[in-house]
Amino acid sequence: MKPLDDKTTGSSETTPGPADSNNCETGLPGLRTWRAVYAFVLAVFALWVVLLVTLSRLFS
Amino acid sequence: MNALDYAVLLGTILGIALYGMWLTRGRHNLDSYLRGSGDSRWFVVGLSVMATQASAVTFLSTPGQGFASGLGFVQIYFGMPIALIIIAAVFLPIYRRLNVITAYEYLGQRFDTKTRLLGAAIFLLQRGLGAGITIYAPAIVLSTVFGWRLDATIICSGLVVIAYTVAGGSDAVNVTQKYQIGVIFAGMIAACVILLNKLPAGLHLTDALSLAGGMHKLEAVNFSTDPRERYTLWSGVLGATFLMLAYFGTDQSQVQRYLSGASLRESRLGLMFNAVFKIPMQFFILSLGVLMFLFYQFERPPVYFNTVEWKHQVEQGQTGRLQAIETDFATAHTQERQELETWLNARHAGDTAAETAARVAVSNAHDRVDAVRARAELAMDPKGKKHDTDYVFITFILDHLPHGVIGLLVATFFAAALSAKAAELNALGSTTTVDFYRHVFKREAGDAHYLAASKWFTVFWGMVSISFALSATLAENLIQAVNIIGSIFYPVMLGLFVVGFFLRRIGGTAVFWGALATQVLVIALYFSLNISYLWYNLLGCAACVLLSLLIQAVLGPNPGSAPAPSRS
Repeated sequence: MKPLDDKTTGSSETTPGPADSNNCETGLPGLRTWRAVYAFVLAVFALWVVLLVTLSRLFS
Repeated sequence: MNALDYAVLLGTILGIALYGMWLTRGRHNLDSYLRGSGDSRWFVVGLSVMATQASAVTFLSTPGQGFASGLGFVQIYFGMPIALIIIAAVFLPIYRRLNVITAYEYLGQRFDTKTRLLGAAIFLLQRGLGAGITIYAPAIVLSTVFGWRLDATIICSGLVVIAYTVAGGSDAVNVTQKYQIGVIFAGMIAACVILLNKLPAGLHLTDALSLAGGMHKLEAVNFSTDPRERYTLWSGVLGATFLMLAYFGTDQSQVQRYLSGASLRESRLGLMFNAVFKIPMQFFILSLGVLMFLFYQFERPPVYFNTVEWKHQVEQGQTGRLQAIETDFATAHTQERQELETWLNARHAGDTAAETAARVAVSNAHDRVDAVRARAELAMDPKGKKHDTDYVFITFILDHLPHGVIGLLVATFFAAALSAKAAELNALGSTTTVDFYRHVFKREAGDAHYLAASKWFTVFWGMVSISFALSATLAENLIQAVNIIGSIFYPVMLGLFVVGFFLRRIGGTAVFWGALATQVLVIALYFSLNISYLWYNLLGCAACVLLSLLIQAVLGPNPGSAPAPSRS
C-alpha cells in the first residue's frame, strides 16, 4: 500500500496538542523565567567543570 | 549468593514489576500503551529520562571504565546540559504542539513521507543494535553469578525483558522507573559506603587521592586538542553536545519519556533535572571504579576478572600456562603492595625524598602488574579483542560485599536493565507501529488492532536484539560500544531535525538525499579516520545540513517552504 503524503494526512494521525498556554511560568522560586532556569543550569555545569579541573590539577 | 540475596533480588524486582502492572491495570488503550497516560509530574519525567539512559550497562560497565581509565569518561556528559537546554527550548514545544506520538511524525509533517520513514528507519536500525548491547549487561551479571553459559543467559534474560515490556507498555515503564531508579541509587550508595570502609585503615583521604592521581585515575578533564584523544574537554563540549542532542532530541526511547509529562512545564523541568544531576551522577559511578582500583592495590584481585571464562580456559587444557600467569601475578601484586606500604610510611613520616623514591617504585611495580594482566588478556583472546573491565564491578560485589547487599546490587542491575530495555523496546515497537505499519501498510484498522500489532513488534525487536547480542563480539567495553554505535547513526538523524527546525527553505527531497549521502560519509569516515568517535556527531550533523543546502540549491527553490515553527 502506497503511503499518502504526510502533509495531506497528518491531521488524521495527529491532532494538535494542548496549547500549554499556562506554561510561561516556571513555578520555581527565584527562577521565574525559563531563561533564568537555563542560566542556572549552565552555571551549575560551569561549576562542575571548574571543580573537576581543580581535582585533575591538584592530584595529577 | 545465598537465600537472603535471592529474597532481596526477587522481592525487589518482582515487587516493582507487579506493582507497576497493578497500578496501570485497565489503562491499556493504544495511546497510553504507546505514549503513557500523559499525566506525569516533572520528577517522574526526570527519573524516567534518567532511568532510560542509565541502563544496566551504565552501572555495570562504567565502574569498570573508572577502574581501568579513571574519571576521564565523565567528559562525554559535558554536552548534556547544553543539549537539554536546546531540546527544552526548541524541540519540546514543537513536539507538544504537534501532539506527536513519535518524533518522526514531525519529519513527515515538515518534509514528506520518505523523510519520515528515513528518520524512523535510522532510529530502528541503531536502537535495535544498541538494544542488543543493553541486553548483554544483565546476561554478564547472571552468567558470572550463576556460572551459566553467556549465550543461554542472554536468551533467558532477553525473554524476561520482552515479557515485561509487552505486558506493561509505556505507562508501566513510567510508573515503575521511579522505583527502579530508587533501587539503583540505594545499591550504588551501599557499594560506595562499603568500599570506603574496606580501604586500609592507614590510608587517609589525601593518601588515596594522591595514589589515585599518581596512577592517572583522577584526570577528569583533558585539555588536549588532539582529535585522536577519545575524551577531552573539547570533544565533550562540542562533539558530545551533538551526541546528546541527537539522543535526547530525536531518539524515540527518550522523546517518548518526556512527552509523557502532564504539561510543557513538567516535561521541561524533567529535562532540566537531568541537565543538573547527570554529571555528578556519572562522576559518582566512575569514582566507584577509582575506589575499586585503590581497593585492589591492597587486596589481590583475580588476574582476569571474567573468572568464568578463565576457569573454562583452564578446563580446556591451558592449565600450566594460566597457572604460570597467576603465579607471576601474585608475585607482582605482592611486590606492589610492599612498595605501597613503603610509600605510605614515608609519606606519613614526612620524609619527602623517601616518598618520591617510593612513589617511583610503586609506579614501576604497578607497570609489572599491568604487564601480567595484559598477558592474561592475550591468553584469553590472542586477537586482543576481549577485555574484562565489564566484569570488575560484579566480581568485586560477589567477592567482597555482605549477603543481602549482593542481592540488592544484582537487583540494581536488573532494575536498570528492565527500565532501559523496556523503554527501548517500547519505543521500537511504537515507531514500527506508528511510522511504518499504521502509516504505510494498514491505515484504517481500530485501536485494538494497532495495540496488538505494537506488542508483536515489541516481541520482534526483542528477538532482533537477542540475536545481535548473541552474535556480537565487542572490542570495546559496553558503555563505549553503545556510544560508538550512536555516534555513527545519530548525526544524520539530528541533521534531519536541525534542517527541519532551522532551515525552512529546504524541502524533503534535498534533506532526504543529503541525509543518505551523509550516512554513507559518516560510515566511511569511521572506518578511515583515527579520531574520537564523539567528533562524528558534529561532523555528520554539519555535513547533513551542508549537503541538504547544496542539493536544494541544485534543485532550485522549494515550492512548499514551511513556515518557521513558533517557539514558546
